[in-house]
Amino acid sequence: MRQIATLARYSALELARSWWTACYCLFFMVLAFAFFAFGEEPAQAVVSVLNVVLLVVPFVSIVMGVLSFYTAREFAELLLAQPVGRLTVFFGQYMGTAASLALAFAIGLGIPFVWYGWNAREQSGTLVALLFGGILLTFIFVALAFALAVRTENRLKALGAAIFLWLFFALVYDGLILAVIVAFSSFPLEKVLLGLIILNPLDLARILILLRLDVAALMGYTGALFRQFFGSPLGIVAASACLTVWMALAVAVGASTYVRRDF
Amino acid sequence: MRLPQLISNSIIAFAVWLVLWSLAGRASESAPNGTTNSQASAATLVVCPRCAIKRLSDALREASAGAKIILQSGIYNEGEMTIEKPVAIEGQDWPVLDGAGKNQVLTVKADNVRLKGLVIRNSGKSYIADLAGIRVEGARNCVIEGNRLTDNFFGIYLASSANCAIRGNEIRGNAVSEVFSGNGIHLWNSNRITVERNHVTGHRDGLYFEFLHDSNILGNVSENNVRYGLHTMYSANNHYSQNILRANHAGVVLMYSRKLKVVANRFEDNWGPACYGALLKDLDESELERNLFFHNSVALYADDANRNRVANNRFYNNGFALRIMANANGNVFSGNLFEANSFDVTTNWSSGSTSSFDGNYWDDYRGYDLNRDGIGDVPFWPVRLFGLLLEEYPQAIVLLRSPFAELLDAAEQAIPVLTPHNFADQKPLIARPPWSKSQTSKSALAQ
Repeated sequence: MRQIATLARYSALELARSWWTACYCLFFMVLAFAFFAFGEEPAQAVVSVLNVVLLVVPFVSIVMGVLSFYTAREFAELLLAQPVGRLTVFFGQYMGTAASLALAFAIGLGIPFVWYGWNAREQSGTLVALLFGGILLTFIFVALAFALAVRTENRLKALGAAIFLWLFFALVYDGLILAVIVAFSSFPLEKVLLGLIILNPLDLARILILLRLDVAALMGYTGALFRQFFGSPLGIVAASACLTVWMALAVAVGASTYVRRDF
Repeated sequence: MRLPQLISNSIIAFAVWLVLWSLAGRASESAPNGTTNSQASAATLVVCPRCAIKRLSDALREASAGAKIILQSGIYNEGEMTIEKPVAIEGQDWPVLDGAGKNQVLTVKADNVRLKGLVIRNSGKSYIADLAGIRVEGARNCVIEGNRLTDNFFGIYLASSANCAIRGNEIRGNAVSEVFSGNGIHLWNSNRITVERNHVTGHRDGLYFEFLHDSNILGNVSENNVRYGLHTMYSANNHYSQNILRANHAGVVLMYSRKLKVVANRFEDNWGPACYGALLKDLDESELERNLFFHNSVALYADDANRNRVANNRFYNNGFALRIMANANGNVFSGNLFEANSFDVTTNWSSGSTSSFDGNYWDDYRGYDLNRDGIGDVPFWPVRLFGLLLEEYPQAIVLLRSPFAELLDAAEQAIPVLTPHNFADQKPLIARPPWSKSQTSKSALAQ
């Protein structure tokens, strides 16, 4: 355990020293300050920030995850020559990468949130939900990145696959949902949609945050049903289970491949 | 003129003025409005718990036509009272007429009746009869002014009446459900009624008009009613202006009517699933001008509404600014401001509606103006593809604010193929029109 922590700290520091992480942090800070300063309503600023978070966090997480895995490759090989378990090295790297990205995100968004959230206290719950959702997404998508990167020696191939995976979650999946809605429009679809939304961490995060906001009124009957579900204990368990399962699954796939892999 | 002289002169002048004023006052008291043709003696009856006349019903029996009844403070629990001759009842220090939750309180069946300064409360509630605080039946020239109506089933109810004024009343109901509640001001089959500066809250519909013609609805506030702020059915030639319709299920609902003028009203905070700022159903040849629609789920909904003019309104921060069904034809939308709405315009799929847009300001407009005449050189298509999808497949709302929905809209904006072609503003404004400058600030909206 201590070894994991040491390794995590090392790779976190490695990433923290990188220029890109600082940019990532700064990006969210500038973005949130801009939206809050120029938007008229805090709720609208939250929606705008949400849109960007849902696009950028998974993308940066999955790409930085793949890149940092390959960057630390030689160091990992050196480590593996020492009496250190493979799982330890894998988890150390994963935790370090994910934690530093999550931290950059949290600092970048957290400072404007505290600054402006003070004036818009009715939104503070939503701001916390948005921060928390972004951090969870970071951990999920770095896990996915590692699961991809472990499987191939080819850095470009892994990067391509990562971008495809991001596109799938961010765009293609919603297209499929729309196809389902159009194809089965004469059936009551609310429960099916609920299931489909829960299965995609990006959709789940988006809906959970929208339900907290004013715009939820536009969602009519479907929105009312969703709100009822996610307000119930079952809904909370289902939502958090789903996010955890995604992360656990990706980490498990990555770890099992890493253990069996020929370096 | 020396100072002592000046003072004494002004004292005399003041005394003379005082005498004249009191004479004039008495003269006007003895001849109340609208009783000029009655030969009644100008009697004034005073009613109070310790006076010679202790009950309002006794005073009504004794009073001759044209009399004035001064009702002093006290609680009068006398069952249903009917006014059958032209009298004026004026309350002093808010006398209370209590219906004890059983019956109607005041029924007016005579012309030229004037009610002022009364507290009327606790009318009965019924599924069968429309019990009201004040009911006017087949009367003309009534004036109902400055009363407080609390916890009545219906507040003020006019049936088959004309030339009445309902002014400055405070009407507060305790409605919980739509099914078992009455309207604040209910006008049925009436003409030339003025409804002015009333405040209605906690009823089913704040203001309800059915078969109402040639009337003026001005400066009322109708808020927190369980159904609509203002509801009009089968009416024509009414003028609605400067009313505030706030936090009702729907602000104003205009149905099966024609030639209404709706000018300079505020529709705000009608927010929630299936809430509307203004709902137009079978409304023809009417005008909606210079209204403010702020923070409504659907600001303006038009279903089978034809040949209306919607001009110079401001749609700010609504969910849907306009929902125009395919059967709404010949409506013209011009000079309106659309700002910060989630959807500016939606319509049914492949809408055949012949409504048109001309010279509006759209905050989503990204065109240019080479000749600098203030009008954009490329048309604006306000219908977004995602909005169109929503009308056809309401469940697609689960994709609200998703990158996929934004992508669909971006693609459609670049090459409009699916959105209806007649729903294009050929002359979109580049900048906000000058009249809107004064009310762009948030503080102006918060008033």
